[in-house]
Amino acid sequence: MSAPAVQFKQDATRLSADLRHRRIIQTAMGKYETVRDQRKAAFQNWEEARQLAAITKWEAINHLDAYLEQLVSKLESRGTKVHWATTARQARDTILGVLRAAKARVIVKSKAMTAEEIHLNQALEQAGFEVVESDLGEFIVQLREEPPYHIVFPAMHLTRDEIKEVFDRKLGDAPSNDPEQLTMVARRVLREKYLQADAGITGANFAIAETGMISITENEGNARLTSALPRVMITLIGIEKVLPRLEDLALFLPMLAAMGTGQTVTCYNTLYGGPRQPGEPDGPEEYHVVLLDNHRTSLLADPEQRDSLHCIRCGACLNVCPIFRNVGGHTYGTTYCGPIGAVITPNLRGLNEWQHLSYASSLCGACTETCPVKIDLHHHLLQNRRNGSRQKPSWWQKLAFKMFAPIATKPTLWSLVTKLGRFGQKLHGLVKGSYLDPAYAWTRTRELPPIARQTFKEWWRTRS
Amino acid sequence: MKITLFIPCFVDLMYPQVGVAMVRILETLGHTVVCPEGPACCGQPAFNTGYWEQSREVAIPVLESLKGAEVVVIASGSCGAMLKVFYPDLFAGTRYEAMARDLAPKCFEFSAFLVNKLGVTDLGARFPHKVTFHDGCHGLRELKNKRPPRELLAHVRAIELVEMDAAETCCGFGGTFSAKFPMISTAMGEVKCASALDTRAEYIVSCDSSCLMQIQGLLDRQRKPIKTIHLAEVLVHR
Repeated sequence: MSAPAVQFKQDATRLSADLRHRRIIQTAMGKYETVRDQRKAAFQNWEEARQLAAITKWEAINHLDAYLEQLVSKLESRGTKVHWATTARQARDTILGVLRAAKARVIVKSKAMTAEEIHLNQALEQAGFEVVESDLGEFIVQLREEPPYHIVFPAMHLTRDEIKEVFDRKLGDAPSNDPEQLTMVARRVLREKYLQADAGITGANFAIAETGMISITENEGNARLTSALPRVMITLIGIEKVLPRLEDLALFLPMLAAMGTGQTVTCYNTLYGGPRQPGEPDGPEEYHVVLLDNHRTSLLADPEQRDSLHCIRCGACLNVCPIFRNVGGHTYGTTYCGPIGAVITPNLRGLNEWQHLSYASSLCGACTETCPVKIDLHHHLLQNRRNGSRQKPSWWQKLAFKMFAPIATKPTLWSLVTKLGRFGQKLHGLVKGSYLDPAYAWTRTRELPPIARQTFKEWWRTRS
Repeated sequence: MKITLFIPCFVDLMYPQVGVAMVRILETLGHTVVCPEGPACCGQPAFNTGYWEQSREVAIPVLESLKGAEVVVIASGSCGAMLKVFYPDLFAGTRYEAMARDLAPKCFEFSAFLVNKLGVTDLGARFPHKVTFHDGCHGLRELKNKRPPRELLAHVRAIELVEMDAAETCCGFGGTFSAKFPMISTAMGEVKCASALDTRAEYIVSCDSSCLMQIQGLLDRQRKPIKTIHLAEVLVHR
């Protein structure tokens, strides 16, 4: 097993038996489901909206070359500097280069999963920059020196007491565990940082090819401050985030809000068209957009799983996934967790090392059913399994399935195995539930039903 | 109608009463039931684990034994989905593709066959118990079988159906998943059982014995009072 697989198995085993963790996640998700369903019901026809979103994303992804060029030329026409980054390293180096050229020291960041993906914060800190997360949840997990737990709710695994504790320890200021008071503490700290910051780094939700605009949707106003106050603004965005037309946002913004957080629309929706233009009173002096590939083009080249680039990172598939709800976000050990993470991570970071994520699913399909852009998530998990076993088969599984084939297809062998099974079950009692038990994986927590005294096939033969 | 009944491996070995109940119901409705002796498994374990070549070795004899069948009734939503939905994928690009595509529309999960194909909802059953229904994921999401089992239960005399909160949440079985990640599988099963127990039902009914094996296995170990039963067994009850 690969190192990430060992880590996944250990953490999953521990957390799935952690009843406190289970309760926290169930409570958080119970509320989410109620409001999400209310918002879905507000659409005239939710299924048609999904279909339209899937078609729009299909069009964007299947003509990505043209839409990206259109986006870039529009952005550049208003003075934005666009950088193409094929790899995570190129993206980090580009951003470090921009910051050094601007003689920046303090950086504020708004929420960006792409930044997590390229491990930007570590690179910035190693290069001597001070970087502060401005999204409240991200701010909390940054103080705890943890990655975000969920792509939309980074600190959903924490109780208010745990947040008070880290504020006390790291900021020396936590009057109580009251959410409002804790938020005011974060606000005081962050306001100072916005004023000190030389540069602001953001992610993005969509990029509009038609008008050359970057769309950022948020609830705290922190992305607006991150972009408006510092001299330099940098947006790091995956190339798959392009939408063809401005009017597409009329569908995608409410859809993202409904599925992400159960809101009608998110509180702040901003479109960024470039740096401060002549005569304008505010806005950054420089605006840089970094377009990140980082293996997205290898997904683009795969017609079977290309639709996984439709993802709008709403997190809805995580929220309904019974695996995610029992093992939590950190267990995945990767930037993108839950079903979408289990689909794309083996493709982005290596099938051999990450295929365990595709196996860690009962293939229940709740993810596919909920996905607003209709990504065929659970069938992609099956394809990853097939591709993984083709690339590097496990000899014992291959052998087991090879031996099973004649047993399952020859009635005489099947009868023999049935009889052997009955005999084996008599002996099974001696080792059941112990480490000597060949069925230990099952019997550790569950009873195994006995083989019937008369199987169906045996009964059928008595009739004919 | 001549109905070919496909009995999956675990139903044959551990839940023969489910198959027997189906034969009785279909024969009572005046149909002829045949059951091919040969194939014991649909090939889903190898397919779901990624070993499609080994899966085909199991599935080809299934295809051959069902060739020429008028309709095929499968005693499980999960294996039903394998034959109806996944065989065309499994055999895509092979010389069996046409056979798989030909078979798919003839395949029915048992409850869907009764309601959608035969138009039967009342089998004259009587089951004086409070029950809750578990939607097996394959039946629910691959075969879109939400309605048929409930219509059948609605016509059972003296039964009380109470829906549980997590009716559509996976029980955690997932075939080889239950052995590869037993603790996640167990946690999922515990969530399911807790939701079923909240209804204070006496029975958890389902169209899938594999889900019920997972649920009953946990309930037995934890000595919980609720029992599991396949829909077909409820429908033969008088």
